[in-house]
Parts: sequence; structure tokens; C-alpha cells
Amino acid sequence: MTATTAPTPTRTAVTEPPPRSLVRDTAIVLARELRPTLHDPFSVVFSLVQPIFFLALFGPLLAGNLGDGLPGGAVWQWFVPAILVMISLFGSSTVGANLLFEMQTGAHERMLVTPLARSALLVGRALKEIVTLCAQALLIVLVMIPFGFTLHAAGAVLGLALLAVLGVGIGSFSYALALAVRRQDWMFWLVHQTVLFPLMILSGMLLPIEGGPGWMQALARANPLSYVVDAERSLVNGDLTSGSVLWGAVAAGLTAALGLAVGIRSMRRTD
Amino acid sequence: MIHTEGLTKDFVVGRKETVHAVRGIDLHVERGETVAVLGPNGAGKTTTMRMLTTLIAPTAGTARVAGYDVVREPAQVRRRLGYVGQGNGAGHGQRALDELYVQGITFGMSRRDARRRAQELMDGLDLSGKERTKVSDLSGGQRRRLDVAMGLVHAPELLVLDEPSTGLDPQNRANLWEHITALREAHDITLLLTTHYLDEADTMAERVVIVDHGRVIADDTPEALRSRHAGDRLTVSTAGPEHAARLAAHLEAWEATTQVELRGSTLTAGIAAGSTRVTELVRAADAAGIAITDIQVRRPTLDDVFLNLTGRSLREAGTAATEEAAA
Repeated sequence: MTATTAPTPTRTAVTEPPPRSLVRDTAIVLARELRPTLHDPFSVVFSLVQPIFFLALFGPLLAGNLGDGLPGGAVWQWFVPAILVMISLFGSSTVGANLLFEMQTGAHERMLVTPLARSALLVGRALKEIVTLCAQALLIVLVMIPFGFTLHAAGAVLGLALLAVLGVGIGSFSYALALAVRRQDWMFWLVHQTVLFPLMILSGMLLPIEGGPGWMQALARANPLSYVVDAERSLVNGDLTSGSVLWGAVAAGLTAALGLAVGIRSMRRTD
Repeated sequence: MIHTEGLTKDFVVGRKETVHAVRGIDLHVERGETVAVLGPNGAGKTTTMRMLTTLIAPTAGTARVAGYDVVREPAQVRRRLGYVGQGNGAGHGQRALDELYVQGITFGMSRRDARRRAQELMDGLDLSGKERTKVSDLSGGQRRRLDVAMGLVHAPELLVLDEPSTGLDPQNRANLWEHITALREAHDITLLLTTHYLDEADTMAERVVIVDHGRVIADDTPEALRSRHAGDRLTVSTAGPEHAARLAAHLEAWEATTQVELRGSTLTAGIAAGSTRVTELVRAADAAGIAITDIQVRRPTLDDVFLNLTGRSLREAGTAATEEAAA
């Protein structure tokens, strides 16, 4: 056993307080969150498993059963944008589990005893979704191009931005949920599954909601995801001026604003 | 470095039930001291640490840590404090060196300083070669040393360690303490630790604060606690019951012993200033023709101190409920 060699530190951290800024704190948290992904880029593929199954196994069924009956024509032009939103729903909504894990192991507690702003602990984590989602969306699009999916450049960039905003919102809600159920962690997946499927089906991701009964259409209209899915379809197909784009942007923006507000509030109140 | 007055924490656990985890603790730790807080599970040790480290707010009372109030100026306290909680400070999904680096950046170091400091600590705590290893792939002992390193990155004035060695095997415990002792000597850090290992409190701390049911029941150097709250224990084996009985009668009359108990040919007794009186005892026995076959003087442990103070053994006294409520 080697004896401890004495690293002699200076106590500058205390005598000269470094200027703290929310931006710097957020960047620190974001960089920390991204590091494991950068070390292991393949990990972004794992949370794509479910969307890929929907794409590979549900997509062909859609084509066979509905075919040209779909609004917007070709199946992939209709289904791929929805899958992009689905990535955010399936991926970003699970990130709370990472925080839950860090609360159990003690890493989160350690960070609470540092000078990092509480809000930065949430915002930094939530912003990570932008990076993850963009990488995943690009991957899906690249895979689908050989199958006949066509992309409009400007629309695609805006579509990515829309996804990113939505992802920050859903991610924040997921963290807020994790913070709320931290003493009963099994509740996390219970709530997650309970919320996930109604949101998905009632957004018209998988099948056009127009074919459903009136009550379903009413519920779909109350679901912010419906507007994001519609907007994503318009954008990806190059229809940038469609009214649905505006409504989608509003829905995603509200989700993000509300999610961040709830998330930051939960983070500040944790002990 | 730490001054608390009437520090109190209640947890409301049910509609009508409140757990009084900490009931008015006055704790004073001076700069450079090493103080161990000792007590059974549920005594309020962790809750106290969590209040001192700004993780939870006290229900009543005040605490000043490194000159700042934990409730009014938590940011100042956090800047000056190193904290090693019961869990792993380093995130399991991260690489060891990355977490140390991030901790340095977090405390305002430049990238270069943070990188240098992280590597220094990796080397200093025997973690060289594990820089790129994921925290979850480290052994328990390595992970704990990394946690201690995390607490030291910003060269804090005060290091708070909450059960640093729990769950480690004896070898790893000894190894961890060797490192902590060396670091303490090198940096004149004030150290506050909780433990339920008696030997640890005994050998590491200059002062031991014993808590039970949320209160401080004793606070002194291990040596003083022992001599005040528990004396040495004498065990004498003799050639036979008759010898033992005669020796017992002899000891009863001797002002240096208390609680003389006879068991067959062996007798036990409390003895003041034990080791210095043994020769006297042997000489007296010899003169009386009592044949002694074995003689032992046992120094009291902190468990004896706890037993004398509370009537319970520290090992049995644990009540999980309050500690869980505090988690």
C-alpha cells in the first residue's frame, strides 16, 4: 500500500470567490450529463428500440391497411415525422430514472452540497435532451431515406428545433416526477406508463385521429402532442407556412415552459 | 468551525405521528479538531449531518458552519465544506476522473487546475490507473476513496464524513483511514465524522460526541469518557473455587475494586487504574497463598461507556425508524 502523498492545495476557492453565473452552472451540469454519452455514443441507440419497432412492424401494417387513405399521402411521409415525436415521448420521458438512480446512489446529494444553483441542476439535465434527440432523429431519418422517405432541408431543421423544445419540456416533467416520487421510486414507472400510452395514442401518431369517435377527437384536441405531431408532419414535408406549424410551436413551447417551471420548483424544494 | 445551539429536527411521518430525530443538539467543533459523532442507528447522527451540510433545514435551533448560518447563508457554507455522504458522491455512470474534474470546475477552479487537482487526488488516494474506469466498475473500497477525494477537491476547511467506512471490509477500512489520517495531517482540515464503529471513533477522533435518541449524552476525549464513565475490568483465574473465594473476600475489602463477581474458580471485578494496581494484587495474593493462574485487565471500550450511560449496548441499541425517516 502506498502512503498518501500530500497534494498541497491552495484555498483560493474560498478567499477569492469565483463569480457564479447560472449559465456557467447550467453548462457544468449539461457537460456532466453529456459525458457518459460521449464516452459511449452507442447508448443513444438503446432508447430508440421502441420507436424502431413501431417503424419496422407497425409502419408496414399502416401501409397495407390504410395506404393512400392517409392524409398527406405516402405512408413514410406521414409516419416518420410521428416517430420523431415518439422518440421524444419514449426517450425524454425516461430521463427522470437517471436522476432517481443518482438520488439513490448519493451523487445527487453530493451535488446539492456544492455551490451549483438548484435551477441549474434541472435545466442542465433537461438541455441534454436537445443533443440526444437531434442525434436520434438524424439516425432515424438516415435509416428511412433508403426506404423512400424524402426530406425538405429547411423543414427538417425547424422540425429538429421543434423536437428539441418538446424534449426539454418532456424531460423536465420526467425529472419533476422523479423528484416527486423519490421516496417511492416504483411510482415513477407506474405514472410513466400510465401517462405515456394515452398521450401517444391520443396524439394521432399511430393512426389518424379523424377516424375515431367524437370523444377521442375532443381528447386529442386537448393533447399538446397532437399539435406537435401535426406541425412535425407539415415541417418534414416542407409545408413551413401551415397554421399547424404555429400551433405546434406554441404547444411545444408551452410544454417546455411549464415543464421547466415545475421541474425547477421541484428541484428547489428537494431536501 | 461548527457551532450549533438547540439544533432540532422533527419529521412528520404520519397524520398524527412526528419523529423527533434530533432534540436540541449543542455541538461545538473548533478549527483543526477531529470529532467523531457516535451513536446507534436512529440516534440522529445523519439528520444532524444533513442539517450541518445545508441538505435539510432545522425545525428549531441554529447552526453556524465555517462562520455562516446554514439556513440564511447556505451558499457560503457549501463553498467551504467538503461532504462525503453515506452514498457514493461520484455518479455510477461517470468515469472516476471526470467526476473529480467536474467537482473542481463546480467549485470555481479553472479547467487546468481542476484537471491537475483531480489527478493529484487520484494518485494520492491510490486510484492511479482507474481514471477512465466507470464508477460502477470500481471496487467498494476504491469507490469510497473516490468519494473522499470528491469531498477534498476544493481543499475545504471542513470535511464532513457520514459513516465513511460502513460496508467496507476491515482491510479496506484500515486503508481508507490511513488515507484520511494522512490528508488531515497534511492539510489541517477540521474533520467531523459519524460512525458506529467504536474502534474507529476511539483511534481516529480527538473528541467523541455520543448521541442517543437525538440528544448528546456525552462529549469528551475517548480517554476521559472511558475513565469517567467506565473503569477497567479485572479478570482473575485461580487454581480452584476455594482460592477464588478467598481472593474475592480479599478484593471486597480493597478500596480499588468494585462489583466483585465470582464464577467458579474465576472472578471479575471493576478496578480503578487497573494496570498499575495489578502487581499490588499479585503480591497480596501471593502472601495469602492464593494461586493465580491467569490475570487480565481489560481497558474499557466506548461500548462500555455507552452501556454505562444508557444501559444498552451500542450494538443492540439501533432503531431503524428515525434514520429511515431522515433518508
